[in-house]
Amino acid sequence: MTENTDRLFHRPAEPAELLITGAHVLDPRAGLDEPHDILIRNGQIAELGEPGSLEAPENGDTLDADGIHAFPGFVDPHVHLRTPGQEYKENLETGTAAAAAGGFCAVIAMPNTDPVVDEASVLRALTDTATRRASVPVGFLAAITRNLQGTELTEMAELRDAGALGFTDDGKPVVHAGTLRKALQYQRLCGGVIALHEEDPGLSGDGAMHEGAVSARLGIAGIPSLAESTMIARDAALAGYEDARVHFQHLSCVESVEALEQAKAKGIRVSAEVCPHHLTLTDDMVRTLDSRFKMNPPLRAERDRRALVAALRTGLIDCVATDHAPHASHEKEVPFEEAPMGTTGLETAFAALFTELVLPGELELDVIVQRMTEGAALYGLPIPRIEPGQPANLCLVDLDARFDVGADGYVSRSENCCFHGRMLQGKVLLTLAAGTVAFRTPVAAGIPAVH
Amino acid sequence: MNRIGRHLLSIDDLDRASIERILDRAESFDEVSGREIKKVPALRGRTIVNLFYESSTRTSSSFELAAKRLSADVVSIRSQGSAVDKGESLKDTVQTLSAYDPAAIVIRSPHAGAAGLVARWTPAAVINAGDGKREHPTQALLDVFTLRRRLGSLDGTNIWIVGDVLHSRVARSNILAFTQMGANVTVCGPPTLIPREIEALGCEAATTLDQLDEADVVYVLRMQQERMRDSFVPSLREYAERYQITTARLRPDQVLMHPGPVNRGVELSGEAIDSPQALIGAQVRAGVAVRMAVLYELLVGAPSLAAVAA
Repeated sequence: MTENTDRLFHRPAEPAELLITGAHVLDPRAGLDEPHDILIRNGQIAELGEPGSLEAPENGDTLDADGIHAFPGFVDPHVHLRTPGQEYKENLETGTAAAAAGGFCAVIAMPNTDPVVDEASVLRALTDTATRRASVPVGFLAAITRNLQGTELTEMAELRDAGALGFTDDGKPVVHAGTLRKALQYQRLCGGVIALHEEDPGLSGDGAMHEGAVSARLGIAGIPSLAESTMIARDAALAGYEDARVHFQHLSCVESVEALEQAKAKGIRVSAEVCPHHLTLTDDMVRTLDSRFKMNPPLRAERDRRALVAALRTGLIDCVATDHAPHASHEKEVPFEEAPMGTTGLETAFAALFTELVLPGELELDVIVQRMTEGAALYGLPIPRIEPGQPANLCLVDLDARFDVGADGYVSRSENCCFHGRMLQGKVLLTLAAGTVAFRTPVAAGIPAVH
Repeated sequence: MNRIGRHLLSIDDLDRASIERILDRAESFDEVSGREIKKVPALRGRTIVNLFYESSTRTSSSFELAAKRLSADVVSIRSQGSAVDKGESLKDTVQTLSAYDPAAIVIRSPHAGAAGLVARWTPAAVINAGDGKREHPTQALLDVFTLRRRLGSLDGTNIWIVGDVLHSRVARSNILAFTQMGANVTVCGPPTLIPREIEALGCEAATTLDQLDEADVVYVLRMQQERMRDSFVPSLREYAERYQITTARLRPDQVLMHPGPVNRGVELSGEAIDSPQALIGAQVRAGVAVRMAVLYELLVGAPSLAAVAA
């Protein structure tokens, strides 16, 4: 199911001419896990060979990648690029640059902008901007309901014709089951995955963090896990009844994992994503009252985190998504309850998972690499592969390099990263996206200085 | 020598020895409050800013009196009619006020963690006078002060905190302070107003007054009208029926406390408020001496008690 490549938009750039020598290629789908030379010609992977066996292309660079890993480029099915209307938080240029810096070769942007992407004209303006500004390919989801109000459906068929990859009211749930049911029926006409932010507002109320021992201590209103899991159960039932295709966004708790498992066991066409912060952090961090730890869904308890890691390993949860949600510092430098929800994540996703899950032995590296690329397939996009004949979508990562998150600033326009100040390991050195060099560390490729 | 740290943001900042040190200091200041000239020169020439983002009568007035009795210059700012009303952020307000070089900023905010943020933005000592529903540490200190005077020690006493625990910063600080001082704490209220997993704070939870007899101290919380609107309780009538503390529900030797202001006839009956076992007036009086002690310990922290009151 790869019919959607024409729904990705990016700035044309010169195709890469490059020889990468001796990189440890890890591409579980291609069955590769050993050092190779990778020859890239005209933006395509031309040849793979034994280390030292391939010649550099004419007029091309050679990168000595001995000791460096090469992974298929990551695909993020959930980012907020804040365009149009909130360019002070992020824009297509800075957001895709941050994606490239994190090893991503494609991202999918959410429609909760200002104005909301709920009309074809707004979407066309966006895809047009992306062809001038985006350094990695961007796909766009359009809103399910007008202005995310949850009442009237958008012109879904026209939005699909204008290039929408799918639909979501992300940031908000579709509260009324009847409205969502109509969208699921309409999907038969227009196609496009319907992605759902699951939250029952009657249960989440004015909550600002996970409901549990920490919220009891802090006196901050809690968001119980079942605000999410009951909606997943409801919407899986609707999807089953209408034989629709839905994707559950940013799962955060064990109860949601159980609801997902039941839906998949019944053969309902559902998929799900999970964020690096929910896989690595818990509500214990909120004791600091640092608003970087405020996001929706909230950081939950250790038992939730473990259930998410286990579900990601088995593939019950299909893929990793960052939910990259930039906010300006003046918006986040307020008391926790007042701060907007969201953390950035594109620049730290791989390193956070590698440092917090792979190094301690909780999850295997090849699982991480697979789950960070699988989001593509859910939206009908090809999964990047390091194979001759494929377009060059890959990243080079130094698994030994450590960095202090945020110490040298961020590529993103915003700095609300929940991993800020943490020492993470696994640094992206180079990203090739759609055959072009989208990111290259200022340090010459080779082993960078260990900070 | 300053043993209690630079700020007072949470009861968690204090160990038992620090609490006792503040209370001992408060005893000596209480003596000052009994004099005709109720002033000592300890903070002469220093400035204290009271920054209140919520209406407050007793906390703001007692902080103001405490600072004045230590001879400090006091500036009190309320959100109404100030730059805050004009949309100035907390950060900008605090940085502006810090330009006056205050020795301390006392902050009351409707949001958890506000005092902690202020501490990051100012070189002044910061005292949390209530941050959202999280904490109100000086209230807890004055409550411990009042109880210690009445009972001698809190060790082994059973204290029941009754009412709207969910929305109460006083309950949270008091659970921490009372248990720190050796008491056993039970919180009691309608199930809708007892936070899930509150036991993690080191207390027990009950939903009826059936075992109230166990309590040596009954600490009653304010029940706000708006809780009805949000369906936490169906009516104040039903709440009063089940949870109002009356003289009939109390033994004469049980001590009764309330942080004020009281809703007479809701959480407490009129007779209970006026009964000799109620320490409500003593709590208010303790407020000034305890806040003097907190200001003094943070800003001066002098080695001997005698030097202060002399």
